[in-house]
Amino acid sequence: MLHVEHLKKSYGETEAIGDVSFDVQAGELVCVVGPSGCGKTTLLKCISGLLEPTAGTVRVDGNLALVFQEYSRSLFPWMTVRQNVAFPLRRKHMDKREARALVEQSLASVGLEHTLNRYPWQLSGGMQQRVAIARALAFKPQILLMDEPFASVDAQTRADLEDLVLDVRRDYEVTIVFVTHDIDESVYLSDRIVVLGPSPTSVQEVLDVPLGQPRDQVQTKERPEFTQLRAHVWRSIKRPDNDPVAA
Amino acid sequence: MLPWLGIAFMIGLGELLTRTEMISSRHFPPPSEMFAALADELTTAEFWTAVGNTMQGWALGLAIACAIAIPVGIVIGSSSLLYRSVRAVIEFLRPIPSVALIPLAVLIWGSGLESKVFLAAFAATWPLLMQTLYGVQDVDPVATDTARSFGFGRGQRLLHVTLPSAVPYIATGVRISAAVALILAVTAELVIGSPGLGREINIARQSEAVDIMYALIAVTGLLGWGVNIVFARVERRVLHWHPSQRVEVAK
Amino acid sequence: MRSRALATTLEITVPVLLLVLWGLLSAGSDTYYFPPLTDILRTFMDTWVFERVRSDVLPSLTRLALGYGIACSVAVAAGLALGLSTPLRRATDPIVQFLRAIPPPALLPFGILVLGVGNAMKIFIIAFVCLWPVLLNTIDGVAGVDPTLRETARVYEIGPVDRVLRVTLPAAAPQIFAGMRTALSLALILMVISEMVASTNGIGYFVLQAQRSFAIPEMWSGILLLGILGYVLNALFLLVERRVLRWHRGSRASALS
Repeated sequence: MLHVEHLKKSYGETEAIGDVSFDVQAGELVCVVGPSGCGKTTLLKCISGLLEPTAGTVRVDGNLALVFQEYSRSLFPWMTVRQNVAFPLRRKHMDKREARALVEQSLASVGLEHTLNRYPWQLSGGMQQRVAIARALAFKPQILLMDEPFASVDAQTRADLEDLVLDVRRDYEVTIVFVTHDIDESVYLSDRIVVLGPSPTSVQEVLDVPLGQPRDQVQTKERPEFTQLRAHVWRSIKRPDNDPVAA
Repeated sequence: MLPWLGIAFMIGLGELLTRTEMISSRHFPPPSEMFAALADELTTAEFWTAVGNTMQGWALGLAIACAIAIPVGIVIGSSSLLYRSVRAVIEFLRPIPSVALIPLAVLIWGSGLESKVFLAAFAATWPLLMQTLYGVQDVDPVATDTARSFGFGRGQRLLHVTLPSAVPYIATGVRISAAVALILAVTAELVIGSPGLGREINIARQSEAVDIMYALIAVTGLLGWGVNIVFARVERRVLHWHPSQRVEVAK
Repeated sequence: MRSRALATTLEITVPVLLLVLWGLLSAGSDTYYFPPLTDILRTFMDTWVFERVRSDVLPSLTRLALGYGIACSVAVAAGLALGLSTPLRRATDPIVQFLRAIPPPALLPFGILVLGVGNAMKIFIIAFVCLWPVLLNTIDGVAGVDPTLRETARVYEIGPVDRVLRVTLPAAAPQIFAGMRTALSLALILMVISEMVASTNGIGYFVLQAQRSFAIPEMWSGILLLGILGYVLNALFLLVERRVLRWHRGSRASALS
């Protein structure tokens, strides 16, 4: 579904991405973690086509949608929630009623069917991010890229939104690449984790997360495997020069 | 490179259209003749006297406007009670077109420098006052709250938070006011006959010295452009945080 | 809150007090230049309600509306093009800066020479001068659209027409309106001067004539009318702006809270 090979991105003298290669299979939820400032956002921008890589290739099988961290700046403030979600659909020349239904369905799947005619700035941060997710879902992408989408949201809301992502992946069968700096979140959500090293970044390691489905905020996080995985990722980020630390 | 091509193109086009009389040269002489007239003018004492007169009126008007508008704007902007009290008065006085007072100025001061300075100052005060007001009022509440939480008193907040954040607005205001003051100075010269470029332009037109007229108009344009460049440079240095000035890392 | 009630009271009483003060101070006045307020008001009623509306007010306002309308349409269209294309903007920048820096009154002799002293000249001058604030603000607004909004439009492959009409234009709207507001006051000023210099009707013409024939209360009544006109036009503009930019105020308010 997504194939990244020897991706490199420099800005003049500064090398943001050194050499990144990884694959994502259809239907997977892959988290990308790494230290602050290592180039995770740059990586997503290269994958989504917002930035041209300096070298290397990115191959995407299908449409993609990107959910930004700054939800308040990515939703159009002069449009209602309904109009925001419907906006990308204009390109698809759908039947009006079909589009309407799709918009309402997407908003319902994120629990916001009652906010159709409100403006984004009338909603809380968590709700705004849900609108952004609904907008991405209505677009029916094959791959959903998410750039630290819950970093600016409070912890309680974040837990709800994490579960929402899991539900969405299950219901829409969409492949998700989820960038985060929160290690707990990455272990909780993913099937596999790609750990990036510090700038100029490259792939430190890729690990499987054999925690099964469905996940639960309390039960999954109580399991010893969760703690071990979490510790593993932590060490991998903190001591990048050491090769796989014994689990 | 590109800007110079644009200029050269416009001049070339003008020359072509006027020499072939597609545009009547009685109304619009060829650019080459205008440049020649301009070169001539630059050698005459009358020209430089006129420029001096215009700039004098402009500078005095702008200075008075700054001296009034900035302090008043800061004071009113800092107190919401004060602002509410005078808001209606400002909103009524502000839209009065300054040129409506030309007859009044003529009545009281005749056609001398005082009329010009009065009109320039009156007109230039308002944009600067409003910009200063907005600048002081528009300070980010998070910034002042942060300062307050660090124990900054009211005066210190004004000096260290509000004023610096208002300076870009004030810089914009001064640039606008500089332009306005120049406009009014030339207007006074044109309508009232105060000594200066405006009066010279009128005289040139009336005596059908069309090329001189255009040369003088071009000079006022250059003056305005120069004033704008200088003040815009200052403003840009002060406004460098604005998104349109940000160098985009992505493409 | 106590202070809000106080603020509202002040807002109403202070202007009224000032007006009364003016009336009282000027009541016993026999200064030639500053007749009593009551005289001015009486002359105002006699002259403008509604005797000279057709002969002077209507022509003035028509010229104003036409000049302003033409300027705004051209400026927004051109501003979009220039704001979106950096090379185009840089190529035209020196011409724009030069033309817009010409003090408008200096254009009056030019206008008289080429277009005569009729309506066309006045409308042209108003349009030419009003063009620049709107143009420059449009360019700034378009160039300053939030990068995240632009990136969102790109990721979702929004078509070019939609991108301009439904993203760029609304995003730049607050700035465009700011420019249009400046242009409105310029339009009024140009309307007045052009009538003072080359006209046989209009409010500006009337005020100057009154001064020349030493009809001082009439002159003041004209000035008063211009002030009222300026106020009303501005208030109307704000009303429209408030409606169109409702989302902007809400969005900024919530961003700041």
